[in-house]
Amino acid sequence: MGKKSIETFVGIFVLLGFLGIVFLALKAANLGSFSSGETYQLTARFDNIGGLKVRAPVKSAGVTVGRVASITLDPQRFQGLVKLDIQRGVQFPNDSSARILTSGLLGDQYLGIEPGAQEKMYAGGDEIKQTQSAVVLESLISQFLFSKAADAGSTTAPAAAASSGGKK
Amino acid sequence: MTELHGDLMIAVDQVVFGYDGGRTILNDVSLAFGRGKVTAILGGSGCGKTTLLRLIGGVYPVTRGEIRFDDQVIDARNMEQLFTLRRRLGMLFQFGALFTDLTVFENVAFPLREHTDLDETMIRDIVLMKLNAVGLRGAAQLRIAEISGGMARRVALARAIALDPELIMYDEPFAGLDPISMSVAANLIRTLNDTTGATSILVSHDVDECFSICDYAYLLSSQGKVVAHGKPEQLAASEDPEVRQFIRGEPDGPVRFHYPAKPLAEDFGVRAP
Amino acid sequence: MTSAIDRLGRAALELLRIFGHHATFFLELLRACPAALRRPYLVVAQIHAIGNLSLVIILSSGLAVGFVLALQMYYALVTYGAAESLGLIVNLSLTRELGPVVTALLFAGRAGTSLTAEIGLMKAGEQLAAMDMMAIDPKSRVLAPRFIAGLVSMPILAVLFSAVGIMGAYVVAVLLIGVDAGNFWSIMQSGVDVRRDIGNGVIKSFVFGLICTFVALYQGYEAEATPEGVAHGTTRTVVIASLGVLVMDFVLTALMFTTP
Repeated sequence: MGKKSIETFVGIFVLLGFLGIVFLALKAANLGSFSSGETYQLTARFDNIGGLKVRAPVKSAGVTVGRVASITLDPQRFQGLVKLDIQRGVQFPNDSSARILTSGLLGDQYLGIEPGAQEKMYAGGDEIKQTQSAVVLESLISQFLFSKAADAGSTTAPAAAASSGGKK
Repeated sequence: MTELHGDLMIAVDQVVFGYDGGRTILNDVSLAFGRGKVTAILGGSGCGKTTLLRLIGGVYPVTRGEIRFDDQVIDARNMEQLFTLRRRLGMLFQFGALFTDLTVFENVAFPLREHTDLDETMIRDIVLMKLNAVGLRGAAQLRIAEISGGMARRVALARAIALDPELIMYDEPFAGLDPISMSVAANLIRTLNDTTGATSILVSHDVDECFSICDYAYLLSSQGKVVAHGKPEQLAASEDPEVRQFIRGEPDGPVRFHYPAKPLAEDFGVRAP
Repeated sequence: MTSAIDRLGRAALELLRIFGHHATFFLELLRACPAALRRPYLVVAQIHAIGNLSLVIILSSGLAVGFVLALQMYYALVTYGAAESLGLIVNLSLTRELGPVVTALLFAGRAGTSLTAEIGLMKAGEQLAAMDMMAIDPKSRVLAPRFIAGLVSMPILAVLFSAVGIMGAYVVAVLLIGVDAGNFWSIMQSGVDVRRDIGNGVIKSFVFGLICTFVALYQGYEAEATPEGVAHGTTRTVVIASLGVLVMDFVLTALMFTTP
């Protein structure tokens, strides 16, 4: 096999590899989304961040407008401190609130921002004061069971109270 | 040493050598190779002939003693010195050691392409001249798999002389060749030596062919010592039993036929141990 | 009793010696690489021999694995009503794990053994010694180009494996089973990160390429100059390279993909 043809084939090989990477990057992954340079940062504190992960989407009205940059524990107030990178072109009134929501019933959790009514917007570095923590499944279930027990208890409460009182 | 041959190309001076501290293969050997002469190293298998070639080529460092190439001591650990040294020598390996993925032409062109900046037309001319010298100019485009053993040896020879070396070493050039190829090879070795003025070292155990072309010969024993040396006529007339056994090819003599063993009767149970 | 300890000690020392020998060989190989890069045609010719000629097996395996993954994952996901995530699962499996690992194993088998045999036979035929005597460093001329070629070819092959696998999965999932094409791609795109998944996959395949090529060259160079020696060398290449790849895969995965 001649020198030229070997070089041609190798060129094709390398080109194929390059095309493969381009295909994977564009078609199969999220390279198309915004780059991190065009963002500003906001912070929010939560009592429970639930299953929120770094790089989870930040959505408003269901549209992704940013990513969770970092999640740490605030050692003084024992709250989850979440830093968000928001696209530079998107701004929120400075009384907007943040909630941790679940996509679907059992899906991944993301951060949703509900816009407020003020005219002044959040600037880079501001903190979203109004937050709602993630719904923890166990609390939900225990709440449900407790309310069920409360309903049942309201009919048998006197008997239960008497028996428990007697035992005491 | 020097009084024998005058101008020396290679001087092996009281060399002791063993691979990796194992069995000592060469035991205080001293040889002299005259410039422009064909010198043969004879001996049985395993007596260190090929090892000696490797030491001269600087592949291994000697344990004791020194080897001088054109009055320069060979230091096997000095890569630069070895590089310049090896540009001046050509080696013919026992089975050719040709590059099997290249053609005959490309094999001979290999050292030219690697070590010179000559353009392709010049290289082509030189390669064809070398192949012509060994009688294989017509076989230039054949692949190595297509040529016979004798032809391969000749191609290897052409490759060894591609850079016109001052020293050519031949490792068993006659082994496994038919009578015609053998005399072709012997002829080539002698002619090349005479026409180019190179020095040739011939390692072999083929006494007749060697004696027909060499100027001087050394006989090594299996203990790694030089048993005898001299001109071919001197060695052929020698009365030394070891020399006679080798030169005449006698099956038994100082080099015993039987590997050391118990007495025969004992092994077959005839006599009590 | 003491002889057992003696043997154990000797074996341990021998193991250390082998380690050191590997390390020395690796360093000499690295040292020979710049010289090889000055002769690009040598490297290019080896990329052809190692990479190009492995394309057929890599691409067909990639396609087959893509088909099977799509099929298997579909039946697993559909019970949870998550069949739409099929594209995402297949992509992650391929780019993070199967692409680099399976390609490396196939590479060790195909290219690795041919390298070992070639180098071993060259050594047996004294070709490397002949080059040495001609004042040409066999490591720069023969070994380093093959090493560089392996490093370049493996990532390319792994990427192609993953890409073809995804396309194969698409064929099975969308065209045969009937998963929605739009969801197939969009859920995949939103879940796969270029830096984290694809980038790490490429890093993995690069490391695996290094392991496979190095082991192949070492086994060939150190093989005994007999037919049995070369045969053992090729077997050892496949075994050691495969084990090395699988162990490094665990290490790299732990490093790259465990969430802090």
